[in-house]
Amino acid sequence: MIFLSNLVNGLSLGSIYAIIALGYTMVYGIAKMLNFAHGDVIMVGAYIAFCALQYWGMPPILALLAAMGLCTVLGITIEGLAYRPLRQATSLAVLITAIGMSYLLQNLAQLIWGANPKSFPPVMIQLPTLSLFGDRLKISGVTIVTILANIVIMILLTAFISRTKMGKAMRCVSEDRGAAELMGINVNRTISFTFAVGSALAAVAGILLCSAYPILMPTTGSMPGIKAFTAAVFGGIGSIPGAMIGGILLGVIEILGKAYISTELGDAIVFAVLIIVLLFRPTGLLGKPIREKV
Amino acid sequence: MKKLIALALALSLCLGVFAFAGAEETVTLKIAHIGPLTGAAAVYGMATSRGSRIAAEEISAAGGKYKVEIIDEDDAHDAEKSVNAYGDALDKGAQMIVGTTTTAPCIAVAAEAYNDRVFMLTPSASSTQVTKDNDNVFQVCFTDPAQGSASAEYISQNNLGTKVAVIYNNADAYSTGIYQTFADKAPEVGLEIVSTTTFTDDTTDFSVQVADAKNNGAELVFLPIYYTPASQILVNADSIDYKPVFFGVDGMDGILSIEGFDKSLAEGVMLLTPFSADAQDDLTRNFVAKYQELYNEIPNQFAADGYDAVYALVAAAEKAGVKEGDKPEDICDALIAAIQEIELTGVTGTMTWSESGEVTKTPKAVVIENGVYVGFNK
Repeated sequence: MIFLSNLVNGLSLGSIYAIIALGYTMVYGIAKMLNFAHGDVIMVGAYIAFCALQYWGMPPILALLAAMGLCTVLGITIEGLAYRPLRQATSLAVLITAIGMSYLLQNLAQLIWGANPKSFPPVMIQLPTLSLFGDRLKISGVTIVTILANIVIMILLTAFISRTKMGKAMRCVSEDRGAAELMGINVNRTISFTFAVGSALAAVAGILLCSAYPILMPTTGSMPGIKAFTAAVFGGIGSIPGAMIGGILLGVIEILGKAYISTELGDAIVFAVLIIVLLFRPTGLLGKPIREKV
Repeated sequence: MKKLIALALALSLCLGVFAFAGAEETVTLKIAHIGPLTGAAAVYGMATSRGSRIAAEEISAAGGKYKVEIIDEDDAHDAEKSVNAYGDALDKGAQMIVGTTTTAPCIAVAAEAYNDRVFMLTPSASSTQVTKDNDNVFQVCFTDPAQGSASAEYISQNNLGTKVAVIYNNADAYSTGIYQTFADKAPEVGLEIVSTTTFTDDTTDFSVQVADAKNNGAELVFLPIYYTPASQILVNADSIDYKPVFFGVDGMDGILSIEGFDKSLAEGVMLLTPFSADAQDDLTRNFVAKYQELYNEIPNQFAADGYDAVYALVAAAEKAGVKEGDKPEDICDALIAAIQEIELTGVTGTMTWSESGEVTKTPKAVVIENGVYVGFNK
């Protein structure tokens, strides 16, 4: 029973990693860049939801929409201001810009909301705790919502990318940006749209993250961001089901590793697994090997 | 007419001389306060800063020999920034230091201050590493070993539970230091540690640690950690209906000031602290009233430590005969000798200092009831 409850905790943590990893993997798949500021967009989303609930007195559903809306605007702005001018630059330059953007967001958040930690109110998700097996297994409402949200988002996103026109454009840009442009696809608009979707997901991830682990600080997004990036690489960066599987596996490994091996080695185990997977499958679990064309 | 002007001139000259003589009597001490005014540990730095400024204003207003000017420096709880802040304070003419507030930066600054011969009195950096081999560094707070063993004794004497779980931050010198002395002392006083788990600064999930304590049947969870992770542990324990006694140390102080935190979760949490804001002695009441008036909140233990630190420095400076504009390196040795001779009654108790830099005073336990600290009486 202890094992089951650890497994559920792992699934919950993994689902949050998975939703964050989706943002990384989408942007990488389509714009071919690592958006390291993604973790910090999550933090901003959580702060906006916090303000909406605590200061502006909004009901939870409006707070969610406000966070998603403002994060979308933020994502498009970041892309337009910082990444678009570097579209033709080396990937290293874009990477450094993304890291700079990450610090900029953290420090702006500290200026706006202050450095003191805030405790995220538990009103966002008000589901009762589920007791199973005569009270021996308890699954909190937040955990259930997180896991369900994860599944819903994954289905919607896959449908969007495979069924809609914009989704098709995304796949084209991902495949070959130059050819897509020749075929009349507006590459800049497609990439902006990707950032918009990624950032709206970040807001959802931020709210779920802070509902499950209620401390909110300007650095709240950075470690989950790095773990989610690891999950994206683990599952095969660029692949949406890969991000999902990678995220969930990472969360489960982290919790089980802590519970059965050592709490001190929790993070070490996570990253060791990543190294082993990458040694045997350099493109990740579901990644496609890239063939060099001569 | 000429005579009149001459008389006026002479008079003004005399007045000038008198004025000069008057100024010579009061000495302005320049004291640097270094602590995190921003960042994750800002609650502590803001508290020690505010406490020290209240003390400085009181001393200056009292019209004694000394006036105090505080030079406030921010280190964001970062060792490197702290050393820079220290350099900046010396450039601004600081003669001695109240600080630094947190342990890791304090270790770094203490090493520099030892080489430069600058006298330091830290309000709240509680590791023995701060004072070890540094004859120029003294503490207002208890050392970590003292907190760990005092906690174990307190828990045992007051029968708060015999099966104990410990959750500590193994990436933090403060937390590990207290844990070690607690673990050494526990078996001596009849406590059984049934679960020991750790986390780091980057940990977001505490479910494993809390579940381990619960599954091993711990009646009391000892949390030698800062209040931010402690609040997450309390939330997690509540979500699985686990209600042991939570016992913290001075890092727990601040848990009630987290914005948005459901204070009812902290109900019954105990912490060992030398200061309780509801104490009824005149010193405490005066300090709490002033703090509330200026900053609109109840001072925590760190504010009290900062307040006492400035009083202790001024007492030591008086004993050592510090004069206006003395260089820090010239007065350091005199201050080291002086602080060991003084006995100071402040808001955190009656203190004396030993050569090692440690303070001697008696700890008190407080318990959180209805969202405020009250003294714990068995």
